[in-house]
Amino acid sequence: MLKLGVPSKGRLMEKTFDWFGARGLTMVKDGGEREYSGTVDGFDGLQLVLLSAGEIPRELAAGRIHLGVTGSDLVRDKLAHWDDQVEELAEMGFGHADLVIAVPSFWVDVDTLDDLDAAASAFRRRHGFRLRIATKYHQLVREFLTWNGVADYQLVDSQGATEGTVRHETAEAIADITSTGETLRANHLKILSDGTIHGSQATLFRARNAEWTDEDRELLARLIRKID
Amino acid sequence: MTKATERAEAARYLGAFVDAGAQPVETAILQPAETLLDLYGEDIRARAFTTHGPGGEAMLRPDFTVPVVQMHMREGGDPARYAYAGEVFRRQALRADRPAEYLQVGFELFGGDPAVADAECFALFHGVLSPLAPRIQTGDIGILTAAVRGLTTSETRKAALLRHVWRPRRFRTLLERFAGRVAVPPQRSALLIAADPLAGAGPEIGLRDRADVMARIEALRADAAEPPIPATEVGLIDDILDLKESSDAALQRLRDMAVDMPAIEAAVAGLGRRLEALDAAGIAPETLPFEGSHGRSTMEYYDGFVFSFSARQRPDLPPLSTGGRYDALTRVLGQGRATPAVGGVIRPALTLEAAQC
Repeated sequence: MLKLGVPSKGRLMEKTFDWFGARGLTMVKDGGEREYSGTVDGFDGLQLVLLSAGEIPRELAAGRIHLGVTGSDLVRDKLAHWDDQVEELAEMGFGHADLVIAVPSFWVDVDTLDDLDAAASAFRRRHGFRLRIATKYHQLVREFLTWNGVADYQLVDSQGATEGTVRHETAEAIADITSTGETLRANHLKILSDGTIHGSQATLFRARNAEWTDEDRELLARLIRKID
Repeated sequence: MTKATERAEAARYLGAFVDAGAQPVETAILQPAETLLDLYGEDIRARAFTTHGPGGEAMLRPDFTVPVVQMHMREGGDPARYAYAGEVFRRQALRADRPAEYLQVGFELFGGDPAVADAECFALFHGVLSPLAPRIQTGDIGILTAAVRGLTTSETRKAALLRHVWRPRRFRTLLERFAGRVAVPPQRSALLIAADPLAGAGPEIGLRDRADVMARIEALRADAAEPPIPATEVGLIDDILDLKESSDAALQRLRDMAVDMPAIEAAVAGLGRRLEALDAAGIAPETLPFEGSHGRSTMEYYDGFVFSFSARQRPDLPPLSTGGRYDALTRVLGQGRATPAVGGVIRPALTLEAAQC
């Protein structure tokens, strides 16, 4: 029996169901609205496990599900050495969002990471602490800034309404997911020209650490033929 | 390999360091996070385990150097030799094949003549590790920083380059820009000549305020008026970074370079004195490899002599031992005081693995 983790609510769930449906795999939730399991019509041996998209990376890493649909940003941020733990089987073409670094629009002197680094250095000298970047994607943002040699910043945790942190003076800049940039503009923020950390989309992942029997492998091969 | 064998191997090295005159010391495992964050920046979070203690945020000891330096700056008099052995904790190694917790044995030497102290410290590590016939690398960050200080350019540009000596990618980007090899984007040129650069820029939000933005624009204007760093000087920096020879040949090359760049004379003379002291300690300069860029990307607080020993048969392993001079760190942690300091560490779990080759 192959366990496939899919998002349990909202547009991400609907789009996931549509995507599999378009490939002849009709997903059906068990029982009422509150049930968190389901089956796939026309494909025996595949069991649906409905989970919060944010929990799917962890479940994949633990091998409690064989396959899972979630944002590629979540997998990269939540799993250390993510590509040792999961394999990308298919990019699903929805749930597009970019993880970007954004700063106040009135920072006319800051267009690039180079500028951000220089601004952070001067900020620390004048204000006595490292420039704060609010985000919930700590690992991805830190790796990106380290690779690009940005120093004198600190990450502060923000699990929601991250765009508001600059106005509320709990951060000087942010790193957050955006699809159209509209919320950023409404909050008087702009994206750095080289500040896109990751272009995310819903992705079907395979858990490398799950137990894969011969039967499971056969089911997977059959599934891949269907969705390709 | 069991913990007991690792511990026995650690005890053996610790014994050798104590026999060499070092006083054995202990440090707390829980270290205040603030000090480490101030020193290393946010990058340390990727490497250290963070937790909360009664005094605020704390980290499981990622290395001994910082607490040993703090202890010495508080209590010790120069010269002093310390040795320690104990667990360090590294998050970056969070993968099945890399331990997140391992023993580290170290030796630190404060005070004394730098060239002689460098040679004493290196010869000690060289001696205890020589049965493993390791690959040896040495370098000198002080020569690179002296070259940067000697560039024909503004103090601001020099400071920007020195800030990124340990981040090779950003250092290169800055050097190319200061050398005038990167076109200035039109948006930036327009900003610098604008009568009111902030016109139509949107509301002022956040703690980085108008004064910060205007100060940076002033700095950018001053920088735009700065002539490019001459190509010959950029070439000399590249020559230093590309240097890879035996130490005696490297010294000759650097002496030649010092003719064109007198700013590195003192640092090169220091290398000469170190090589003499090493020779006197039985390590011939012609057998000692020297690399101009060694220690730049992995050893961020070293600012002079740097060295590492690696397993020749096991290039997949991290270095068995690393060390170097860190005078500037003592100033940062010494609350106004500073002292010359050099030291190094050995990872006994790795020397055990290397011994099996």
